[in-house]
Amino acid sequence: EITDGESGEYGDVFCISASLSGDVGVLHLLESEENLDWVLRTGPNPPYMVILESTLFTRPILMKLKNGSSRVAGVLAVQPTSNPPEGFSPHTSCPNENTGVYSETYGPSYAHCNVTMWNPLGTGISYEEFDFPIFSVKDDNDTEVIRRCYMEHNRAVNGSTPQYPLCAMQLMSHMAAVTDTATCMRRNAPTFSLAPDGVCDPLGDANIWASTKPLNSSTKGHKDGVSVVIAATKLDSRSFFFDVAPGADSAATGLVALLAAASALHNATAELNRTILYTFFNGETFDYIGSSRMVYDMAKNDFTVDLDNIHSILEVGQVALGPDSRLWLHSDPVSKRNSSVNVETLVSNLQAAAAGLNLSLGEPNVTQPLPPSSFQRFLLERPIPGVVIENHQTSFTNKYYQSMFDNAEYLKLNYPPNLTPEEQLELVTDSAKALTEVATTVARGLYLQAGGELAQMSRIQADSELVSKMLYTFLVRVNNSWFDQLVKSDWTGVLSELMLYEINTSERKVKTTEPALMVQCILANLTGSIANITEGNCQDKKMDKDENMNKDIYSYLWVQGPVRPNSTERDSFCVRSLVRQSKALSPAFELSEYTSKNYSTWAESRWSAIKGRIFLVASHDLEMLTLGVGVGVLLMSLLLTYIVSSKADILFSSGREPTNATY
Amino acid sequence: MTAAVFFGCTFIAFGPAIALFLFTIAREPLRVIFLIAGAFFWLVSLLLSSLVWFISVQISNKESAAQQKGLLIFGVVLSVLLQETFRFGYYKLLKKANEGLLTLSQEETMPISIRQLAYVSGLGFGFMSGAFSVVNILADSAGPGTVGIHGDSQHYFLSSAFMTMAIILLHMFWGVVFFDACEKRCWWAVGLVVVIHLVVSCLTFQNPDYTATLVPAYVILFGMGVWAFYTAGGSLRNIKLCLTCKDKDFLLSNHRPR
Repeated sequence: EITDGESGEYGDVFCISASLSGDVGVLHLLESEENLDWVLRTGPNPPYMVILESTLFTRPILMKLKNGSSRVAGVLAVQPTSNPPEGFSPHTSCPNENTGVYSETYGPSYAHCNVTMWNPLGTGISYEEFDFPIFSVKDDNDTEVIRRCYMEHNRAVNGSTPQYPLCAMQLMSHMAAVTDTATCMRRNAPTFSLAPDGVCDPLGDANIWASTKPLNSSTKGHKDGVSVVIAATKLDSRSFFFDVAPGADSAATGLVALLAAASALHNATAELNRTILYTFFNGETFDYIGSSRMVYDMAKNDFTVDLDNIHSILEVGQVALGPDSRLWLHSDPVSKRNSSVNVETLVSNLQAAAAGLNLSLGEPNVTQPLPPSSFQRFLLERPIPGVVIENHQTSFTNKYYQSMFDNAEYLKLNYPPNLTPEEQLELVTDSAKALTEVATTVARGLYLQAGGELAQMSRIQADSELVSKMLYTFLVRVNNSWFDQLVKSDWTGVLSELMLYEINTSERKVKTTEPALMVQCILANLTGSIANITEGNCQDKKMDKDENMNKDIYSYLWVQGPVRPNSTERDSFCVRSLVRQSKALSPAFELSEYTSKNYSTWAESRWSAIKGRIFLVASHDLEMLTLGVGVGVLLMSLLLTYIVSSKADILFSSGREPTNATY
Repeated sequence: MTAAVFFGCTFIAFGPAIALFLFTIAREPLRVIFLIAGAFFWLVSLLLSSLVWFISVQISNKESAAQQKGLLIFGVVLSVLLQETFRFGYYKLLKKANEGLLTLSQEETMPISIRQLAYVSGLGFGFMSGAFSVVNILADSAGPGTVGIHGDSQHYFLSSAFMTMAIILLHMFWGVVFFDACEKRCWWAVGLVVVIHLVVSCLTFQNPDYTATLVPAYVILFGMGVWAFYTAGGSLRNIKLCLTCKDKDFLLSNHRPR
């Protein structure tokens, strides 16, 4: 389809704005970087709407366009048909550098990527402010029409200026918010704003978490005798454009690995003496919204467990295996100096877990800080032993970090096109097999860390078909028969063609969006058990109509179930699990500290319809001529009519009107 | 940006009509009423003809372009005939109303003559016809673009506006001639008015060749204007009198009781 647009997000400065009625500009297909001169200086018909082919969508060109934005009405970026081989990352080169644990007071030599530049390909254009709309289109028939319109009407041949009428384009993506979050939230206050619905919303969604042993969630704060191993990962990502953020390596691999690990551990956790807490954080891309909120809640005794209950943390980061099948265990050099922080046990448990599997684990041989990870937010509060599993030793191996190219193609999920969707769902690709090894490692590592015995470890095995189906669901097609069975029955019809990963904002309060809900449904089905109760009892969250106690411990989900053969009816059933949601809204908005340096302050602007259209524009002279002729006709007719009507009795006097005519 | 084109085309299309309204009709409440009633009659005729056309399109073969073109021609002819029928109906109504008004009013003279009624009703027809012809086009002309991305001429707005101006003035002239012919029972004149109306409407089938449409239309407009002028009581002598500004002296010195 035609257009995507960039959404306006505000933490400090980054935004994109457009005028209320849409920006109109004469089309210009940029042929090379030198051709920019036409747009910025010499072209006779500004403002221009610049069409950028994918090879020209680079930081230098965008910066030049930004500086010449009085002559630029907008940019249309054409998506390439396959990922650019040199890589592309619009994110910053040091992600989340101001909200991590490393600062002037904690490991100052490690702060601001002094030791390792995590995302060296990062250009930072996602965080620049543009005064014109930037849209992205696929390279399909509609784009061909746009190019042809340019070729026929706008192309300057041999230095001659193109003649009117010229082909022009209008892009509409009005953003209501301005300046920064503090200003925007102030304008949200009902007494001030003209737009009664507000101009921007804080970025927020839901974290999904589950425990392996029942925990009473109505009693918050410290729980005696409970020792928790946190297994964390993130479930969101972003890109330069709205709606195309698949986040395959950056989020989906870790997410799928942890879900598969949870499924593998499902039957083995009863005898463990520590509880494993699976946490799927939302909003980590935007300065750790989800994890900072959970840590904040724990510190304030507003969560089921608190920070003293945490024994250790294992985080699963980007785990797409490269050709050498190596994974790296990153840990924090500063807290390791503290003798009470025992990272070695965790590392050796993980090494043991990987024994006999088709991958190798190692620790980086450089003393370097933790990569950007949710674990850093926990370290801000307490020195807790923890490890982050990644597929890179120093800088990211992901060439497309937080861009729209971090997709199924990058992970080499190659489904032959002649297969039906159902056959593709069943196909187990090599990447899925590799990820299964990772999931098994994570599961066994968690088992050992939670007190399991080494001898029992080998019966824990992740299912490669499950991993393959989850990868297919998250990265290729949501609408498939496997996921259909797991989904809540009152939630069908909401799922769209392709998965979006971008964390979404609330309207007025935080609502849970599709990625988090999907994870919740899958996790509930994988770690829960089927409860043989009616739909009514399931919706009311009790086992039978008299029981009331377990509402705070278990959660109940009425699931759609499989289709009965030869019918369209489904065998729905109730799943009882320990999966819960927790609010992922930055503490800065709870405390109304919109300029906080400690917490994420990202907010998203309200926007109206996003669309674009092309048409011809006439020359200014012709329009003024039309107006002149119109005014001339009006004045002439006024004059003539006045003259004729004042002389009417003379002009029409030879009348054959018989009597008493009044004129 | 093309608010310029919007206003330009509006002034072209409705300029003469607004001028006429302002200077000759706006001060007299009775004329205003008959103007609006005339517009309403035209509207009803359009409603009927569009109903017939709509039904016939629904039952026709939507794929065949030739059939659709034929239906369009049929629709135009039917609409013209219905408009003229309603003009005749309005004439009849006005005759009856005039008698009634005379009996009701205190004065001895008729408050409004049939000739004025002819002019006012013709203008009413013209206003409504012009509005329906051109308002959609004006609304589109206010947007940022112009016609032509599929290869059509970019003078569409301008020529539509000129055509509308011609139609409004033509309706006014036809009103004058038609009513006068009905008064004198001059049926060939009535028939000729209908035929000319048909010719002008069918001229538009030559669009987008705008010259072939506009030039004949303006020639006919000029011809009708002359005919209506003579019907309304004008003559070459009166024009000469006006132009040489001898009118007042002439009247005083050659005063004759009428």
